[in-house]
Amino acid sequence: MTATRSRVTFGEAVADTMVITRRNLLRNLRLPQLLVFATVQPVMFLLLFNYVFGGAIGAAIPAAAAGKYINWLVPGLLIQVAAFGAGQTALGLTEDLNKGVIDRFRSLPMARSAVLAGRTISDLIRNGFVITLMLSVGLLIGFRWQTNIWGMMGGMLVAMAFAYALSWVMATIGLLVKNPEATQSAVFIPVFPLVFASSVFVPTHTMPSWLRAFADNQPITVTVDALRGLMLGGDAVRAGHTVGGQVLLSLFWSAAILAVFAPLAVRMYRRTVS
Amino acid sequence: MTTPIVRAEGVVKHFGEVKALDGVDIEFEPGIIYGLLGPNGAGKTTLIRVLTTLLRPDSGTATVAGIDVLHDPVAARTRLGLAGQFAAVDDYLTGRENVEMVGRLYRLGSAEARSRAAEVLDKIGLTDAADRPVRTYSGGMRRRLDLAASIVGRPDVLFLDEPTTGIDPRSRIDIWDLITDLVAGGTTILLTTQYLDEADQLAARVGVIDQGKVIAEGTPTELKDQLGGSVVELTVADADRDSTMTALASVNEYDPTFEPSSKKISLTAPNGPTTLTRVVRRLDEVQIAPEDIALRQPTLDDVFLSITGHTAEETAVEPARATQGRRSRRSR
Repeated sequence: MTATRSRVTFGEAVADTMVITRRNLLRNLRLPQLLVFATVQPVMFLLLFNYVFGGAIGAAIPAAAAGKYINWLVPGLLIQVAAFGAGQTALGLTEDLNKGVIDRFRSLPMARSAVLAGRTISDLIRNGFVITLMLSVGLLIGFRWQTNIWGMMGGMLVAMAFAYALSWVMATIGLLVKNPEATQSAVFIPVFPLVFASSVFVPTHTMPSWLRAFADNQPITVTVDALRGLMLGGDAVRAGHTVGGQVLLSLFWSAAILAVFAPLAVRMYRRTVS
Repeated sequence: MTTPIVRAEGVVKHFGEVKALDGVDIEFEPGIIYGLLGPNGAGKTTLIRVLTTLLRPDSGTATVAGIDVLHDPVAARTRLGLAGQFAAVDDYLTGRENVEMVGRLYRLGSAEARSRAAEVLDKIGLTDAADRPVRTYSGGMRRRLDLAASIVGRPDVLFLDEPTTGIDPRSRIDIWDLITDLVAGGTTILLTTQYLDEADQLAARVGVIDQGKVIAEGTPTELKDQLGGSVVELTVADADRDSTMTALASVNEYDPTFEPSSKKISLTAPNGPTTLTRVVRRLDEVQIAPEDIALRQPTLDDVFLSITGHTAEETAVEPARATQGRRSRRSR
């Protein structure tokens, strides 16, 4: 028996990741429902929140939004979409697990990391597409950034970084739950409280103090704050915070989430027996 | 015997309290089909998962093509192909895209993956459907595509987990033909099956597995000989059952068995029609008219009944001894 152990090189792992990414993206294109529902739902949120709540909430929003709720809402919704969209990572993984696709992958001489890397990267690309679409619809119905195009682009990047980190949380949940139907509900358990008990839809200062303590300090509020700062200017950030500070804090959150959940998901993947 | 291409020794795997594999030993030489025969839950899939590096056993060793799968799984994966119980193909990709993707993951270059995919799709008879999305395929086509994907990397050993379960009889024959072709082309195949006729038809050697143990091993002919050939099966009125059992006990060296769920009495019939005639004559003597009587080929159920011996002591002991004998012969 040979004492050496074959290893997959980094270059091979990258090549494998690209193969898997391409396969996942092709699925997105071939299964139009995936993309349609991934886009219709956020656009619906955008329209409903803007036209239903906009008038009532408009008065409570900071002046930086130039008096328009849509300006306040769009940066928040981009993060909501990123958070909901990350759930697709869990669903895609459980589906592959249950169809034996993961078994096939694991029996091949490919890099094991490529399955998760390819999945999260293809979901990042998909999320980028949905975020861009959201922004376009937002622009169409009156959203205007108050800073400049760089602030706008910076905001998109912060949103994507956060979406990517969340994808790994969702990958962990998917590998934990394993069953696609159960996963469908499971992914909303962390997402719903985080999205609604945040500054996504309304400023946090009207919430009861116990809830506000949570809402003010959780990553979604921080990230939404960073986006608003970048897109609407320093006055849109919550009192006592700076744009740069919130951007750094959001990126720190994304890095921290990634640092915890990426190794966790990889370990779960290695141990997963479908 | 030539160097075994697949060897498992003392493989044990628990899932919680359940002992899925309870010290499995198998080995076989290159160039043959080895059939692993057993009912649901016998441990067939678990053993395949160990041999294909998907699962680490609690103890034991396993080699595929001379590579220790536990020590060097990556190298082992370059030499093996797996087609699992579900056709692990992607519905929304075309047949060709599916096979090419697996080719790429076997580290073929993109040009080679393309030409090799075309080659296996042709071999598998899916060239015409190759550019259609897989969701338009029938169940049999999906299985064939899965098989194509499993051989695109030119594996030395192909593992097929119940390749014909749940598909129509026509496709089953197609897959049998493909499997036979592959072996003729030099591939070694380990396939699992619940059907004795499949093992009989395809396998050069068969291991019978039950409750995580290989309980009998040999060529299909040897296995059927252990069973003593065909089976006479009859039903009688409830009132006549006990006297029938007594009467049949003297027909040959086997004891009749009664299966309460089907209400059928079975008797191993080494001489087929002769035994049947004798049974009929015996029943006539004791004036019992059977409601139904037939001679049939042994099934997997019979193999199990006979080897695990849940009902008849003698039939259980005999094959077990025969297996032992064969094992020691083989190791010489």
